[in-house]
Amino acid sequence: MDGPLSQVLKFSFGTEMFVSVLVGIGFGWMLERGGFGRADNLVSTFYGTDFRVVRVMFSAIVTAMIGLFFLDVLGIMPLSSIGLLDTYLPSQALGGFLLGAGFVIGGYCPGTSVVAMVSGKIDALIFVIGVAVGSGVFTLNYDTLAAFQNSGARGRVLLSDYFHVPSGVVVFAVSLVAIGAFWAVGKIEARVNGRVAPSSPAQGAGAAVGAGSAS
Amino acid sequence: MNSNKPFWNPYVAGIGLGLVLLASFVLTGRGLGASGTFKHVAAAAIHAASPTYAEENGNIAAFFANPTRSSMNEWIVWLTVGTAIGGAAAVFTARRFKIETIHGPRTYKEYRWMLAGLGGIISGFAAQLARGCTSGQALTGGAQLALGSWVFMISVFAGAYALAYFVRKEWI
Repeated sequence: MDGPLSQVLKFSFGTEMFVSVLVGIGFGWMLERGGFGRADNLVSTFYGTDFRVVRVMFSAIVTAMIGLFFLDVLGIMPLSSIGLLDTYLPSQALGGFLLGAGFVIGGYCPGTSVVAMVSGKIDALIFVIGVAVGSGVFTLNYDTLAAFQNSGARGRVLLSDYFHVPSGVVVFAVSLVAIGAFWAVGKIEARVNGRVAPSSPAQGAGAAVGAGSAS
Repeated sequence: MNSNKPFWNPYVAGIGLGLVLLASFVLTGRGLGASGTFKHVAAAAIHAASPTYAEENGNIAAFFANPTRSSMNEWIVWLTVGTAIGGAAAVFTARRFKIETIHGPRTYKEYRWMLAGLGGIISGFAAQLARGCTSGQALTGGAQLALGSWVFMISVFAGAYALAYFVRKEWI
């Protein structure tokens, strides 16, 4: 095997689309079970009351990162055989900042809003409509925005290239940073919520944004 | 709260999400995503209004290059169809589907709806600018250790923390 299964097994277009639905089902299932089908569980991270977003996101990234690293090192699936994301620092920095602003203002990000919408959340339905509108606004102004969006194009740059270290070092460093973040957010939560740090990370769902309510 | 079944331990959910992302890479060579679907939906609406304009717009022209296939017949759209199915399956089996509006105790749902719409519009624009959202950039590129995706991720947190104070009445 020297690449993803879709290439090795030469998936037909229909098979590939079907596999995408299956992957999406897993994605939606995990987001919902993780508590991301309601805005209070998401924005609580930005008020220091429950860092569920940080815990779920970083443990997901570390899990997939370690998997990709070993598939690459063992020659089972070279990293170069999958679609690596290109780097455009100006548009990714500004786009990220605005997405974060939209996240805390609107309560969701595009993926979680889909799960919250099918969970019955009216605020998520409105957010979903907003995302489509915002997306259309960008497209309608593409002529003006294209130059900025394409500025600083660097192609495929991995952290290991940028820092000139072996990829294993980055994997190790990111894992350590994640563990440090898990420890730190527990301390912050304890301080913000004014109680002793919970020994079990299982708290959270119910304790999210202490006062979160619904109508 | 309203949940009849507790949510998973966040680390368990995170590892599960990471395994789904890894499976996606192994199966199709692509990661996860969501905002691409919104781009397709908006593009289809623009195309319905003015086919010529859409086919000449540099951002979406490629969607309409193949006249034998619908512009919506794309992997990212199918992935989002799956996301909705998977989310619905999870919420119904946990018996926590509920039609409601989530907001803090000091505000009204109409105010929350207005900000949900505003936040959605900003997010839709931002995800286009950055070529992806929390899933398509932060999760997917984060696991690949792509430089730009990590800059994106840090910027998302920066933007959210920077604005949190100003919308605190919405949530706490």
